[in-house]
Amino acid sequence: MELRLKKEYPKVQLESLDNLWFQVSGTICNIACRHCFNNSSPANHTFEFMTLKNCKPYIDEAVKMGVKEFYFTGGEPFANKELLQILELVLQFGPATVLTNGMLIREDTAVKLKKISSDSIYTLEFRISLDGYTEEMNDNIRGKGVFKKAMYGIKLLYEHGFLPIITVTKTWEELEENKVLNGFIETLKENGYERPRIKILPSIKIGQEALRTKGYKSYEYVYEEMLHDYDASQLICSNSRLVTSKGVYVCPILVESEDANLGNTLDEASKGYALKHQACYTCYLYGAICSNFYSKGRDA
Amino acid sequence: MHKKVALFGGVYSNHLALEEVIKDAQRRKVDEIYCLGDLGAFGPNPNKVFPLLIKNKIKVVAGNYDNSIGNRLGDCQCGYTDPRDNYFAKLSYDYTYKNTSEEFKAWMKELPSELRLEIGKYKVLLCHGSPRKTNEFLWETTTPSHFLEKLCLDYNADIICATHTGIHWNRKLHDDKYFINVGVIGRPENDGNTFVGYTILEVDDDKMNIQYTSVEYDYKKLAEEIRKEKLPDEFVETILTGWWTTCLEVLPGKERIKGKY
Repeated sequence: MELRLKKEYPKVQLESLDNLWFQVSGTICNIACRHCFNNSSPANHTFEFMTLKNCKPYIDEAVKMGVKEFYFTGGEPFANKELLQILELVLQFGPATVLTNGMLIREDTAVKLKKISSDSIYTLEFRISLDGYTEEMNDNIRGKGVFKKAMYGIKLLYEHGFLPIITVTKTWEELEENKVLNGFIETLKENGYERPRIKILPSIKIGQEALRTKGYKSYEYVYEEMLHDYDASQLICSNSRLVTSKGVYVCPILVESEDANLGNTLDEASKGYALKHQACYTCYLYGAICSNFYSKGRDA
Repeated sequence: MHKKVALFGGVYSNHLALEEVIKDAQRRKVDEIYCLGDLGAFGPNPNKVFPLLIKNKIKVVAGNYDNSIGNRLGDCQCGYTDPRDNYFAKLSYDYTYKNTSEEFKAWMKELPSELRLEIGKYKVLLCHGSPRKTNEFLWETTTPSHFLEKLCLDYNADIICATHTGIHWNRKLHDDKYFINVGVIGRPENDGNTFVGYTILEVDDDKMNIQYTSVEYDYKKLAEEIRKEKLPDEFVETILTGWWTTCLEVLPGKERIKGKY
C-alpha cells in the first residue's frame, strides 16, 4: 500500500478499549473471496489460528480495562476448532460477535452455540457475509457453492434462536439500493430466515479488492484538517484493538501493515495511531463500519 | 432516613402516559420525581409535555433529543446506524422540532446532562444514556458488569441510573454498587403489552430497593392523536400492539428475538 509522503499524520488516541477483536483464525479461510481485504484463503498462513490459551491473557487484560464487547474474525472463525471454547469463556465477561461466512456451521455446531448462548446473560451474535441475493451473483465473488452452504448455515442459526446479521459489501450504485435490499430480504425469507437483519458495508479497497476496483485515488487520505469538528469516536482505532497470532494491531483492517502492529500486550497497544493509510479514508467516510448497530463509542 | 424517588425516561411526547405515571407516583407517595430525558419523538403535540413537568416539579436530565431540539440541531443524535431506523427517526424529529414552542426549546437548552443525589449512604448519578455519552445504548445483554463497575468508579457513583434504550433492567454489581435502566414511558417495551412503566428507588436506613411499576394509560386515545397528526402508521401500531415497528436495528439479538419484528 502507498504511504502518504506528508510528515504529520492525524493521530487518533485510544479513548477507551470498548471492543476487543480476535483474529481467531488468522488469515486461514475455507474460501478465497475476490474482495477479501486481508487476502484470507485456505493457503494463507501469514497469521495463524489462536488457541484458548493464547486468548486468555488478552481477555483478562481487556476486562481490567473495562472492555464492552468481543469480536471474532479471520479468516473463517469456525475453521478454528477451539472457537466454541473461546466463546464460552468470553461470554462469561460480555457479549460476543462472530464474523463468519456461515459455511462451516452444521446442526451439532448450532446446538452447541444455542447452549453456550443460553448459559450466558450476554448476547452472542453472528455476522454472515453475502455478496449477492442470487447464487450466481454471490458465487461470482465468493466462489462456487458458497451461496447454498451459507444459506444453510443462516437457516440453522435462525432455527436455533439466533438472528444473524447479514453483512453485504456495497458493490452496487445508489439507485439500485432498494432493489438489492429487497432482493436480499426475499431470498433470505425464501431460504427459511424469516426475520433477516441486514448491514451494508462499504468496500475497503485494499488486498484483493484493490485489484478488483483499481484501489483508492491518489488523494484519498485522511488529512489533519479533516478531523476538525469530526466525531473521532466513530473510528474503530479510538475504541478497539485487534489481537492476532503476531501481537496486537490497531484494527482488523490494517493487519498487513507493519506499522499497525502496536505491541504484544493491550497495554503496549494503547498508544495513539496515525491515520496514514488509504483504508483509513473509508473508515473516516463511513464510521463504525466494523461494529454492530448498537455499538457506538464514547465522545471524542 | 427514608427516601423514595420515581425515575423514568423517554416520554416521546406521550403526555397521556406522563399524566398517569405522575398520578401513580404521587399515590405511592414518592418524595421526588426525575425524568432522564428524551421528551419528544414518536408521539403527537410535544408542547403538552412541558406544562406537566413544570407543574409537578419534575427534575429533568437532557436526553439526546432534548439536546438536539434545545440547541436547534438538524437531527436527534439517536445513535442509529441503520438507514430505515434513521428514516423514521428523521421523520419523527422533523415533526417534533417543527411543533415544539420556542419557550419549550429554550427551556430544554438549559437542562443538565446529569444530576447527582445523595440518598442515604448512596451516591446516585442520573444520566440519559451513560455517564460518558448521552446517546450510548446500555442494553442488558451487551453491557458487562465489569464495565458498569468501572463506570461507577470513574464517575464516583454507587448507583447509576440511565434510560435511552427503551427497555428497563437493573443489575447489582460488586461492592454494593448498582446500575438501573429505569425504562421509558413513551412507548411499550416491545413485549406485546400496551402499558408503560417507571422505576421507584427506595432507601430505608441504608437498605435499598428497586421496583419497576407498570402503568396503564389511554393508549387508544394516544393512537388517535398520532393519526390526527399524520405521523406514520408504524408509530400507531406500536402504541396499539406493544410491538416495536421502527428503530429496531439497535436491538441486540437477545432483546430483538423477544419482539415480533
